[in-house]
Amino acid sequence: MRLPIPAKAHPVRTEQIILFRVSGQLFAVSSASVQEVRSVDTLAGAAKEIAQAGLRKVRHIVQRGEHALYVVNGAMHFGLPPFAPALVFVLRRTRTALLVDGIEKMTTMTRLQALPQAFCNDERDWYRGVTAIDQAVVPVVKPEGFLTPDELFLLDSSLQPKESPTEIAARETASGGLLPRPEVLGDESASFEQ
Amino acid sequence: MSPQTDAESFVLLRLAERRFAVAAGHIAELVAPSRVFRFPHQTKEIEGVILRRGRIVPVCDVAARLIGKNLLSRRFYLIAQRRYPTGTEWIALPVTGDCELILAEMIPASEADLPHVSGWLSHDGDVIEVLNLTALTPGPTTATSLAPLDAVQQETLS
Repeated sequence: MRLPIPAKAHPVRTEQIILFRVSGQLFAVSSASVQEVRSVDTLAGAAKEIAQAGLRKVRHIVQRGEHALYVVNGAMHFGLPPFAPALVFVLRRTRTALLVDGIEKMTTMTRLQALPQAFCNDERDWYRGVTAIDQAVVPVVKPEGFLTPDELFLLDSSLQPKESPTEIAARETASGGLLPRPEVLGDESASFEQ
Repeated sequence: MSPQTDAESFVLLRLAERRFAVAAGHIAELVAPSRVFRFPHQTKEIEGVILRRGRIVPVCDVAARLIGKNLLSRRFYLIAQRRYPTGTEWIALPVTGDCELILAEMIPASEADLPHVSGWLSHDGDVIEVLNLTALTPGPTTATSLAPLDAVQQETLS
């Protein structure tokens, strides 16, 4: 007698997430999006302060090979009260290293609900959606949402080395004075009279 | 043969001393207040979300806009269906008293009325605003996607 072949149960598709806190607020991020978790102490030696970033939430940069990682203060990004971060998440396929309080736990998410459309401002760029974990609602962050293309452009621009007057003079001398004189913007004292 | 009228069903809701109406067809249910989950966002009209029947429902206190002050106490959440360019979603409106289902004829709003007023009805000697939830509650101003409702409302991983 042949027993009937049991119907194959569909495997449940789930996603591993990391629950973490920023200023006490709980967030989730896909584990696959986190390339590395480091303590702030281990990063301290490698981070360089940005002199004129123009972006309050980014004060430091970490050089990784050819790429610069911008260290984003999670509390400032979300408009939360200041906190003392203990960990840094290096987010995969982004140029963001995110400062967080700490990891709550790692768990599994089985359902992600899109952010309700009533939320219609910047938060749509911050979150992939929301999920219910242990009868609580947790926003799931979008790794690429911490720095917009405009913010990255601003940060990259602030890192461009600026020429000193000596360097400009040396460049003009080397070119025989044929190069156009750089225009000085925003400096009312500059005179262009010949 | 019964006499034909233009009466429609409306749900009357109470915000402090005032009553407002919403077309009954836009109401999902009336539920007791439950825990509001809050997380950072920048839509000031939304105070958080509640969990209801497995759905995550935004809570929108419309009292400040309708009666000029926030509610100090709330007795129920009226869960209504809010239309968006891509479909409808639930939204929870805190109310201060019992709700009532009535049958009444609506007088359509005029150009002079505020955008959140879709009409007026007369009940028990009161003239009551019929609310246009699309104008009253926040949402995208333009259609950003033509994805079907189910795809917009939830991405089920299982």
